[in-house]
Amino acid sequence: MIVLEKRAEPSRAWGAGGPILAVVLTMLAGGVMFAALGIDPVEAIRIIFWDPLFSERFAGYSRPQLLVKAGPLILIAIGLSMGFRAGIWNIGAEGQYIVGAICGAAFGLAFYPSENPLIFPGMVIAGVAGGVAWAMIPALLKVYARTNEILVSLLLVYVAEAMLASAATGWLRNPEGSGFPGSRNLARHPGTDNPELFAGTGMHWGVLAAFVAVIVAYVIMTRHLLGYQIRLAGQAPRAARFGGVNPARLVILCMGISGALAGAAGVFEVSGPAARISIDFNVGYGFTAIIVAFLGRLNPIGILLAGLLMALTFIGGELAQLMLGVPAPAIQAFQGMLLFFLLALDVLANYRVRIKRKVAA
Amino acid sequence: MIIDPVTLIVALITVSTPVLLAAIGELVVEKAGVLNLGVEGMMIMGAVCGFITAHHTGSPALAFVAGMAGAVALALVFAVLTQILMANQVASGLALTLFGLGLAALLGVGYSGLPVPAIARPFPEALRDIPGLGPIVFSHSILVYVSIALVAAVWIVLTRTRIGLVLRAVGENHDAAHALGYKVVRIRIAAIMFGGACAGLGGAFLSVVRVQNWIEGMTAGAGWIALALVVFASWKPWRVLLGAWLFGGIAALQLRLQAAEIGVPVALLDASPYLVTIIVLVLISSDRRRAALNAPAGLGRVFHASS
Amino acid sequence: MTALLDIEGLTKAYPGVVANQDVSFRVQPGEVHALLGENGAGKSTLVKMIYGLVKPDRGTMRLNGAPYAPAEPRAARALGVAMVFQHFSLFEALNVAENIALGMENPPRARDLAARIAAVSETYGLPLDPFRMMGELSAGERQRVEIIRCLLQDPKLLIMDEPTSVLTPQEVEILFHTLRKLAAEGTAILYISHKLEEIRALCDTATILRLGQKVATCTPREVSAAHMAELMVGKSLSVPAREDHTPGAVLLAVSGLSVAAATPFGTTLRDLSFEVRAGEVLGIGGVAGNGQDEVLAVLSGETPTDPGAIMLQGAPVGALGPNARRGLGLLCAPEERLGHAAAPDMSLTENALLTGRLRQGLETGGFVDWAKTRGFAQDIIARFDVRTPGPWVAARALSGGNLQKFVIGREILQDPKVLVVNQPTWGVDASAAAAIRQALLDLAQGGAAVIVISQDLDELLEISDRFCALNDGRLSAPRPARGLGMEDVGLMLGGAHGMHEARV
Repeated sequence: MIVLEKRAEPSRAWGAGGPILAVVLTMLAGGVMFAALGIDPVEAIRIIFWDPLFSERFAGYSRPQLLVKAGPLILIAIGLSMGFRAGIWNIGAEGQYIVGAICGAAFGLAFYPSENPLIFPGMVIAGVAGGVAWAMIPALLKVYARTNEILVSLLLVYVAEAMLASAATGWLRNPEGSGFPGSRNLARHPGTDNPELFAGTGMHWGVLAAFVAVIVAYVIMTRHLLGYQIRLAGQAPRAARFGGVNPARLVILCMGISGALAGAAGVFEVSGPAARISIDFNVGYGFTAIIVAFLGRLNPIGILLAGLLMALTFIGGELAQLMLGVPAPAIQAFQGMLLFFLLALDVLANYRVRIKRKVAA
Repeated sequence: MIIDPVTLIVALITVSTPVLLAAIGELVVEKAGVLNLGVEGMMIMGAVCGFITAHHTGSPALAFVAGMAGAVALALVFAVLTQILMANQVASGLALTLFGLGLAALLGVGYSGLPVPAIARPFPEALRDIPGLGPIVFSHSILVYVSIALVAAVWIVLTRTRIGLVLRAVGENHDAAHALGYKVVRIRIAAIMFGGACAGLGGAFLSVVRVQNWIEGMTAGAGWIALALVVFASWKPWRVLLGAWLFGGIAALQLRLQAAEIGVPVALLDASPYLVTIIVLVLISSDRRRAALNAPAGLGRVFHASS
Repeated sequence: MTALLDIEGLTKAYPGVVANQDVSFRVQPGEVHALLGENGAGKSTLVKMIYGLVKPDRGTMRLNGAPYAPAEPRAARALGVAMVFQHFSLFEALNVAENIALGMENPPRARDLAARIAAVSETYGLPLDPFRMMGELSAGERQRVEIIRCLLQDPKLLIMDEPTSVLTPQEVEILFHTLRKLAAEGTAILYISHKLEEIRALCDTATILRLGQKVATCTPREVSAAHMAELMVGKSLSVPAREDHTPGAVLLAVSGLSVAAATPFGTTLRDLSFEVRAGEVLGIGGVAGNGQDEVLAVLSGETPTDPGAIMLQGAPVGALGPNARRGLGLLCAPEERLGHAAAPDMSLTENALLTGRLRQGLETGGFVDWAKTRGFAQDIIARFDVRTPGPWVAARALSGGNLQKFVIGREILQDPKVLVVNQPTWGVDASAAAAIRQALLDLAQGGAAVIVISQDLDELLEISDRFCALNDGRLSAPRPARGLGMEDVGLMLGGAHGMHEARV
């Protein structure tokens, strides 16, 4: 009989090894899925994980895309991870991302056609403010009305999507766009653009912000009192209150940080890679970032690596779609599987598996 | 009068049924002490499996069974993760939703717009034609009546039977239930599978009966609203019915208001079901004592038998 | 005569610890048999094997001469073995009848069950209303539910795990009356305790365990309590020493403090008033669930109150949070070690930071000085004899006694003006308990005021200068502890709970 026995302390080896094994298992299970779809699994896995980085044909285009896609994922996931560690479940980052983009774009377009260099910083501030404001709704409701933040933040994603649709088709629509939905192109207008900082790298201001966020988060989580309080509140809420942690302040702070980073990611995206507000502007970064946060074990460095890996599956997925006709949703299922394996392997970090012989009674 | 109350009520009942089914299933799951945030993912699996089966077999009955089976398969993954491998329930539920949305979209590639058979209605035309009463009471498909009967059945089982008592006990204090010799993990897995079947049935109703089409992401947050309804209902079955009708009423009304073009922004109308759900959640949650009394004490906590 | 229960060579080992080694004893029908031992002596594991919750590694059990190896509690119950747990297996949001039905194999219909509950409770003098919510009942009443649940099964053997730890002295008398009646009817009772006087008053035979092994079987009425204590502990224990002294100035004064319950089943504090002086130990006694946690939360700052309701050295502190109070010298150690006084999954170093940040200067400008924090943790470990490989170990890996020494040591080393401790020796082995009591007395000797909240009345009478009782959120007027008898204390605690209000 197999029994699970709680470890006195979580295993560090499994903590680090779990995600790697999860990736391997996902590749195997994903291979089975591709085979079921009638696609050569070995080739599919190669196209997803290898070709975007190393094939001569595609790497030129794909490599910069890696940072472009990883930037928002890492930025959002860093914010989410702090809340998750504190037991505060903001799962509406997608909504905060949308609202951040709308606010940033609206700020930039309000000064159109000015090319004042202060406009872009102003857009970033507006976007951050929008993300924070959107995150404050579940935060304040949790603090003052004890409403479940999971449900409220998630439901607000649908409200944000309705706002996005109305902005794209109404008040932010390009007046010179002959009636098509979508705003003016922000990326091609000096003053509102978020350019590639080093040609051919994909590095833009948002990617830079993501790297800074990783470093700052690492310092906060390991050295600063706030990081200690976040971990304490997540592991032992009662001990945290005894230790003088104000739970309401922590909720506001964590939701605020994750809203700010998601909002910032929205601005960087709308002024750079996405270029404009459109009905289908959001592509699920806010949700995928949840997977990134867990895959990185809520650790800033881990999130950096997980964000790059997840970006790779996006790019590789697009490539596989192009080359092998793999349906687009297959990649989403693939990412979901990764999270399953990860959660399943977590058990090994906290429990020891023992084979028990039946006792002769 | 631009909005006819009879058709509004008929629409309300149809719109509310998928959410009602998912919510009554989740209520049982939560009464057993498990928080499954994967309702949205299970519903969409039910929707796609039901639709595919309905299209190929032409049998609505088989479609409902397939919808339930698809969602139960997903629920089983959640059960293994949270009950056997003791994974975090919030994270596992989210994973279920993300995976379910992806897998359903994958399975549904190419099915959008294909025909499905019409659903038989159990009551004769004579009854359906009674003015007012007929459409409201007798015009629905069989599943609408099943869903209401299910609410009654869950209420009876939870409050009047031993199975219900044991289920509530497990959700209240799993360590005590274990000490008394009850199989906490088995009972919870059974509850999770029941919740999956209900969510799958709700999803299948959505694609096969209400919309009669497969659209990627067609549940559009219905699973999350079902989760909110359980909180709104303070874990009481009849209040779930009330909440579902309230939600259905708003959703049906806003569609008619959009059609009537009365000058309210479309974005606000689109968002209204979600906004109303949030407002109702706030009103319920701020009543401190009542909310705490009915919530299962062991909700979301990991159980590890350690004797 | 065949013994009712015959245990032969029972052994059970867990990783790193042998809970029971080669334990043998017999229980006769109608006998009240004591199982005596310190915390950690293996009593709980032994009865869990008898009740089918744990499977023995080796050894045999016979019930009425037939081989007995219950696979689960259900099987044990079917054969007439019932158990009343120390931590009740009860469901707060369900009513008494539902709780009882859950413990029965084939419960009758709700109406019949209520009638049977009424009948049994009358026969054995245990009044109880079948339709009250469990969460509203006192600890003594909850125990009655457990006992009635067992009695409805007509047990041949009734196991009781530390039953008196939650009872007032008067309630203990009622319980003993019930148990004697049961024994006279032929039911055997296996009575687990570490309280020697109780065993001498109630039990016919005693089996004494130490470190998982049986060390003796004796007849309690024929041997002295001191002798049994020595068998149980393996050495004689020193009684805490303290010198006479006169108390100094008032350090902490509480007046007219009322706080409504925060949770549906919490206790409302009503008009609490007391003061404690430098060099003094104030004991607050009471049965579990009468407001102990609430009193601690109010004093620690977890529950804020009116500023003036709590005065520390003449300054109002009622509205201050935990850290501000720590800064002023008011420190606390809560009852629940894992999850309240310490974070289970965090290291001892991280747990040292939990309360030590301000007074030990472990932080500058928001950044934690981990080296200094580690030093503080090592200091606690060394000075309070905490047995652990080092400060990197997670709190949950420590035994109860060692973690309690760490928690109390963490506060004492911060040189408090006032220290409040709740259940300082609960679940702690005798030598660690003696060390903790001595440390508290030394602290008072050094001029601090100490408030000890405890359910262990012997402990309170031993170390307190003054004693007061907490009953349903109300605090009695403090009385000098010296010369106070158990009878007086029992009356201060409110006698037997729920005897007047229950409808039978």
